[in-house]
Amino acid sequence: MAELAEDRTTEAMTVNIGPHHPATHGVLRLVVDLEGEVVRDLRPVIGYVHTGIEKSCEEKSYWKVIPFVERMDYVSYFFQMEAFCGAVERLIELEIPPRAKYLRTIFLELNRIHSHLVWLGTTALDLGAISMLWYCFRERDRILDLFEMAAGQRMHTRYFQVGGVIEDIPLGFERKLREFIRDMPVRVGQYQALLDRNEVFLSRTKGTGIVSRERLLELGVTGPLLRAAGEPWDLRKAFDYLAYPEMDFKVPVGTVGDNYDRYRVRVAEMVESTRIVEQALDGLPEGPFIADDRKYVLPPRSELSTSMESLIHHFKLVTEGYRVGPGEIYYAIESPRGELGCFVLADGSAKPARVHFRDPSFVNLQAFRDMSLDGYVADMIVSLGMLDPILGGVDR
Amino acid sequence: MPDAPGLELIRGQIEQDHPGAVLDSGFEHGRASLAIDPAHVLPVLSWLRDAPGQGYRFLSSLHAADYLPAEPRFAVHYELLNRDRVERLRVKALLADPGENELPEIDSCVSLFPTADFQEREAFDFFGIVFKGHPDLTRILLPEDYVGWPQRRDFPVGGEPVTFTYNERAYG
Repeated sequence: MAELAEDRTTEAMTVNIGPHHPATHGVLRLVVDLEGEVVRDLRPVIGYVHTGIEKSCEEKSYWKVIPFVERMDYVSYFFQMEAFCGAVERLIELEIPPRAKYLRTIFLELNRIHSHLVWLGTTALDLGAISMLWYCFRERDRILDLFEMAAGQRMHTRYFQVGGVIEDIPLGFERKLREFIRDMPVRVGQYQALLDRNEVFLSRTKGTGIVSRERLLELGVTGPLLRAAGEPWDLRKAFDYLAYPEMDFKVPVGTVGDNYDRYRVRVAEMVESTRIVEQALDGLPEGPFIADDRKYVLPPRSELSTSMESLIHHFKLVTEGYRVGPGEIYYAIESPRGELGCFVLADGSAKPARVHFRDPSFVNLQAFRDMSLDGYVADMIVSLGMLDPILGGVDR
Repeated sequence: MPDAPGLELIRGQIEQDHPGAVLDSGFEHGRASLAIDPAHVLPVLSWLRDAPGQGYRFLSSLHAADYLPAEPRFAVHYELLNRDRVERLRVKALLADPGENELPEIDSCVSLFPTADFQEREAFDFFGIVFKGHPDLTRILLPEDYVGWPQRRDFPVGGEPVTFTYNERAYG
């Protein structure tokens, strides 16, 4: 890059990329100052899909907020649900049953694989490897089939509830999931066989988009981006939530922190997530899948026709919703993109006074300028893919 | 998070250097939090970040909240994290509403935590909290010409006219 800087044969110019460029992975606009083909400055402009979800949540009772927050980061919807439900559970100090913890862990990790598959497919597509998209979406479809089986929806499932999950997994789910667990590591090996020795892929990812570990930490970057720079920081290991303390898994880290490391870390994470799913399925405890607290949790459907009390609880929960005593909480989990935090402020009524999401894509996007500076435009596109922002989450 | 004596120790040490900086400290649902006077936000945050034995070097999240009808009305929350000891600490700067046509002000912490850049812009965008010393305090998610601070509690939901041709025909 240094010799390019000395040879100033080209004029500086400002180019607008987006908001609707296929390589922006959503409606992200980039105002880029170019000197020839080299990026000298860059400013992301966001807000094109801002829909005021946080404000709308203040008008909804707690249980109606769940489908809203799912639509923020539309690729990792289970994580938004867990962040919100977990925050409310901590506010009302409701312990969820062990089976619900394990079920949630299974679905979160399946969602992580799903999210990484979407990332791998679309990013490889940016680099010209179109077949990767089909292969990744083939496996993604199997995960969506599993979601559909358990929750009735392929995306935005509203499966997690405050207190547990809405329904137990159906018959035949385990067999399908076991087939998936058996196949997934093989598939990941096939992706690696396609990409790891692909000359174009290697030369475009190796050594590009390097940001030092210290700088990433300053910028608040978390998740695979930080781990690719060699920092083994993972909230699943650091904090105690759901069934993660009982799971045996590794935290993949990179060495250089370039785009190739980011790719390697995410691909390795898919294998680790498969291992977690398998362990959680093996150790899945028997028992209720949702807490038995009629103040917060809907009574079972079967009781409604025989028990007057259940009917009253059901009616109260559906019409007004439950009230949450005044208080505030910040609950953070490890989403596929980093630390996903949910801040809930309760004022004692049946609606939250504030719901705020610390979205990892939003914070990580600040590192994009550092990743792209003094590199080629083509490398910038690779870095953006490897950054993996979901603009629904950025803009909320 | 720091335990109860640890939190009192932190509070005592801050008050030694900056009397009146800490307004309140306590635990809520097992999370430690410090309520501080916004005038002292930078010294308190830099002490928590740099003082030996503290090391809250990672700012997880910065967000604002509106406590209407309570007084002081606004708060800026700093979710600090010590990654070595895996401890979270919430610092809450309480801001009074200065009244009509004026905006509450607080010092920007971008110089201490570069990650606060976007998040302070977001707090400004939605709550109208001015962060003094922020390098580029403009609206981030809403359009630049937007009027109002929509996430304040007294801002109504909905009612934005949208210029579709159907609306023009129907309502002039």
